[in-house]
Amino acid sequence: MIELARHAVESTVAAGAGDAEAYASEDAGREVRAHGGAVESLTAATRRGIGVRAWIGKRAGYAYGTDLSGAGIRELAARAAETARIADEDEFAGPPKAPVRLMDPTGPKGAPERAGALDLSDGSIGEWGVDRIADLALGVERAAIEADARVAGVEQAVYADSAERIAIASSAGVEAEYERTSCYGYTQALAEGEGARETGLGFGLGRGPAALDPEEIGREAAARATEMIGAGKPSSRGCPVVLDATVAASFVALIGRALGADAVQRGRSPFAELAGKAVADEAFVVHDDGLDPEGPDSSPVDSEGTPRCRLPLIEDGTLRTFLYDTYTARRAGTVSTGSASRGGYRSQPSVGASNLLVATGQLDLEGLLAEAGDGVLVTDVAGLHSGVNPVTGVFSVGASGLAIRGGETAEPLREFTIASDLVSMLKAVRATGSAARWVPFGGSVHTPPLLIGEMTVAGS
Amino acid sequence: MNELIEPEVAERVLRRALAGGGEFAEVFCERGAGLTLAIDESRIESVQSGASAGAGVRVLSGGTTYFAHVDGLDPDDLVRAAGEAAAALHAESAEPRPLRAEAVEPQPIALRPAEVPAERKAELLRELDARGRDAGPEISELTASYAEVRREIAVANSDGLLSGDDRTRVRIGVQAVARREGEVQTGSETLGGHRGFELLEDDAGAIAEAAAGKALTLLDAGPAPAGSMPVVIGGGFGGVLFHEMTGHGLEADHVQKGASVYAGKLGAQVAQPLLTAYDDGRMPNEWGSDSIDDEGIPTRKTMVIEDGRLTSFLYDRLTAARDGVAPTGNGRRESFRHLPVPRMTNTYIAPGDAEPEAIVAEVEKGFYAASFAGGQVDPATGDFVFGVSEGYLIEGGRVTRPCRGATLIGNCLEALLAIDAVGSDFEMKTGICGKAGQKVPVGTGQGHVRVRAMTVGGTEL
Repeated sequence: MIELARHAVESTVAAGAGDAEAYASEDAGREVRAHGGAVESLTAATRRGIGVRAWIGKRAGYAYGTDLSGAGIRELAARAAETARIADEDEFAGPPKAPVRLMDPTGPKGAPERAGALDLSDGSIGEWGVDRIADLALGVERAAIEADARVAGVEQAVYADSAERIAIASSAGVEAEYERTSCYGYTQALAEGEGARETGLGFGLGRGPAALDPEEIGREAAARATEMIGAGKPSSRGCPVVLDATVAASFVALIGRALGADAVQRGRSPFAELAGKAVADEAFVVHDDGLDPEGPDSSPVDSEGTPRCRLPLIEDGTLRTFLYDTYTARRAGTVSTGSASRGGYRSQPSVGASNLLVATGQLDLEGLLAEAGDGVLVTDVAGLHSGVNPVTGVFSVGASGLAIRGGETAEPLREFTIASDLVSMLKAVRATGSAARWVPFGGSVHTPPLLIGEMTVAGS
Repeated sequence: MNELIEPEVAERVLRRALAGGGEFAEVFCERGAGLTLAIDESRIESVQSGASAGAGVRVLSGGTTYFAHVDGLDPDDLVRAAGEAAAALHAESAEPRPLRAEAVEPQPIALRPAEVPAERKAELLRELDARGRDAGPEISELTASYAEVRREIAVANSDGLLSGDDRTRVRIGVQAVARREGEVQTGSETLGGHRGFELLEDDAGAIAEAAAGKALTLLDAGPAPAGSMPVVIGGGFGGVLFHEMTGHGLEADHVQKGASVYAGKLGAQVAQPLLTAYDDGRMPNEWGSDSIDDEGIPTRKTMVIEDGRLTSFLYDRLTAARDGVAPTGNGRRESFRHLPVPRMTNTYIAPGDAEPEAIVAEVEKGFYAASFAGGQVDPATGDFVFGVSEGYLIEGGRVTRPCRGATLIGNCLEALLAIDAVGSDFEMKTGICGKAGQKVPVGTGQGHVRVRAMTVGGTEL
């Protein structure tokens, strides 16, 4: 892979670029979808491609392709150079300078030891054949149905895995290559009762199938679906709100996006003017850690080859730092935090969080509910992509969950909205739960449930 | 027919796919090329050129779909993919029928975007930037983007079908930010079609003024109301409400799994008699149109609701066979890397009798949702939520002050039945719809529509 990346860099320079960077990736993936006790579909796929950034003077361009033959690379290189010529000059454009050579077998001087020790591959993917992963998906469905008589079925039970290899090279001396495996399983259970149908999601993730517990995934889906039977609307009011870990994670992912320096520099983040200022209650602490051994988004280097690290983002109630890639760091006169991310070879790198980890507190979920007294436990939110203003952080999103009465969960609730803005919400955090989990919705987040002192709930 | 796959190669691939048995095999080939660029801070940036080619092979056997895909269109790779798809099948081989090529007329493209110099595209973005910023000194930021893509596809299957399509789409979008003291508001607008660059030659820059105008208007916004009230939905992108709350529930895969509130309701009165709606993949040059779907079935106009009665679901090949009906040309896929599933194309509520002004005039106290940022629905429960990007109070039969941060929530069965007026005006807008991890271009449309009562989730109790 690294040879291919180097070759693409050389070709792009030969095509007229002053500097070039290539990101090559290859992955093999499988997916099983089960329904009604049978395998609905079985997919096997390989994907290979390369994306090239080209710089001509202060102009930057990008091209990607899947034709990795000599002629294909030459054509790709020519397109990359051509796109750079279309762009306007930008004084901060340019390739990242190579900070370390992670391929050096003696270990890069000063590079974090954690990066060297990072093992992102799980051999169980290769060992589990198609029959075994199909059994896993079927097991998830079975567990959901057997968990509760009111579960009428599942929409689908899915298992998917992938093993990928990524190589990054640049004319400025960056060279990095690593492998990573990942897998997940989920199902959406359908429960029936009181003349209505409810759905509930159960999911699990890990580096290999051995890390997934089909029973647990199925039971979670069943529990989430059945607990919603008979749901009604809450009355509209301001009250304490507990966000369960999956909901908290969705909000934390949004906060991670708003802390990207790109949004900040372009005046499109609610945190733009708040560096070093109070943005949260002291109970809420969040780090970005691209080297967490269990993190779904961990990697030794970011997607432009800069080493990952652990960064405090919000600590002691204060906004400590934004996330920077090379471009935004230059623009701010600082250094990259190793926060360049990309969706694959088809997209250019941009600033993004890796794994966001929210610090746990003292209280378990029951403790948080007791602390809330009377309010709402939110177990699902919808419409986050349309209900949040990314510039101001003002949001109003659809929600469902359970009423909290006398410090305990009571009747199920649906069809209501919760509204606030991101900074007000963080300042209103009263406590964080003691048990955190990984949630992959809209980012990679490890968080416990959160108790928010007050939020607007709009129902009937 | 295009040159993505030679008929002899297609036959070899299909034969290999059925070597271990199976009722049906298909090879889907695709070659795509695209260009995107953006303007931000009045600077042309994020210029990106993409090219990809590949194929997906599927085999259906005993209710299971076996699928494999590869990058590239090398015949040996396609045969290998067929072998991978069929790897788990060990029955007696089945014989594909001889291929017969279908004649398909692609959507007409007058000016191929790839033949337009890049500088003209950059100039268009500069014009959008200038016109948006000129709308008022309170416009503080503006971003605009241009995207063109051409996708050539070919489909061959063991029933003997060999077909193809050549699809070109262009789309521009503008997002403007307006500021006044502590207040920040955004406004956006898009224009797109299954069309060539000619779409953008007729004053495309007007969308920049429209986007900036929305942001400026919203600077005067107050908090949105909270509670249940009559809601008037705007034309055009207001149709996303129907797309989300009803359209998805009509997709036959959801219906057959009992995961749609419309399951078992064919022929039932699901709306007032004043409402008729269609899914139409044949609207000329419309964003969600294609000449054939991604299984080679010609697209068509399907009436889904007639005078309030549910008349049809939307089918791909697999779900149509299960229901014993003809496919409706709704089998769509994001790319060769995805399996086709039933998807909407251009979905709209047909124009009604009511004058848009009269629809508002009858509301004493309510909410006007002129446009949405997007929405989401759980087809199984029918619960939906929409973010309102441009909303106003209705007081005394008139649209009054703008509102910020409103959300509409409800249940689709109830909300659709509660539509008590459909406007005689009509407009189509473009959208990108996500389902099962796949994004496809869809059109949404309607005139002004009124829902008798709906929950508005604002902050003003």
